[in-house]
Amino acid sequence: MTKSFDYYAKRPHDHDHDEHTPQSETEGPPSEFEIMSRAMQELLEAKGVVTADQVRRRIELFEEDFPYRGGRVVAHAWTDPAFKKRLLEDGRAACSEMGIELEAERLIAVENTPEVHNLIVCTLCSCYPRALLGMPPTWYKSRNYRSRVVFEPRAVLREFGTLLPDNVTVRVHDSNADMRYVVIPMRPKSTEGWSEERLAGILTRDTLVGVTVPEVPGKE
Amino acid sequence: MTGAGADISAMRSSYAQAPGHRFNVGDRVAVKSVFPPGHRRTPWYIRGKHGVIERICGAFPNPEELAYGFDGEPAKVLYRVRFTQKHVWPGYQGPGHDVIEMEIFEHWLEPDDRADGDAKP
Repeated sequence: MTKSFDYYAKRPHDHDHDEHTPQSETEGPPSEFEIMSRAMQELLEAKGVVTADQVRRRIELFEEDFPYRGGRVVAHAWTDPAFKKRLLEDGRAACSEMGIELEAERLIAVENTPEVHNLIVCTLCSCYPRALLGMPPTWYKSRNYRSRVVFEPRAVLREFGTLLPDNVTVRVHDSNADMRYVVIPMRPKSTEGWSEERLAGILTRDTLVGVTVPEVPGKE
Repeated sequence: MTGAGADISAMRSSYAQAPGHRFNVGDRVAVKSVFPPGHRRTPWYIRGKHGVIERICGAFPNPEELAYGFDGEPAKVLYRVRFTQKHVWPGYQGPGHDVIEMEIFEHWLEPDDRADGDAKP
């Protein structure tokens, strides 16, 4: 492995960031970690441990399958109280029932009620239930969100258009160690009789992080 | 000594492996106010604060060891601890019943034996 720094700098970026979003890592030479990650992948490929296609497939799963899992799981919880109970007790086991394997992720589901609104953050880095929601959005990783949501959650929620009365307890979860979190929002009353698939449609990523609440289209 | 083949497996040790968990749900605890260098998963803003055990998550490999290439054994008991926002941030603008919860490893916690804690859940 005697390739020069320039070799890595000139390799195309084919991984998971959105190239339409300005990101500082694309502006200069690759970071030390990016180079290490590249070098590691090349070594693993050279030794036959992984193939480039497996890596590509994994990235594709993160983008095309994982983001929809959370909505499916919570929609199921909305329609099946016994499942919701199991989801609250052991998130990973409940997801496994639906054929969704979270691998190493330990999942804690937290339920919104008329009295309590839950909100997820990771102040130390950007821990996120990737196996359930895909890649975290840019704002979730931003210093602004990570630092402010712990001490002024109501102001941050307002910026997301979510206004909560003072009698509702805001319960912030700092996802700072081994657990990952998903919010079970309150099911809107007007969704009675909806199929799970239709319910999953209003369970957007942001509702499952807790920065907003599900909305029924066409209703104000 | 019988040379290189001496059996050292029967030698006694004073070391005791982490026996179960020290705290229970509802216990009042204080997060240690210490600032060791290195990789720590206890945010600075919560050090020295008082809270209540919300749940016991189980035992996990110690991230403070994993970060440096060790195996993280023995595993450490991980708790979720609930704090009132007004206690954590004296200038907190929201109502007094707002809370923040996070995961704290057992070795970062000690019993909160104050007569009247701030951290009622």
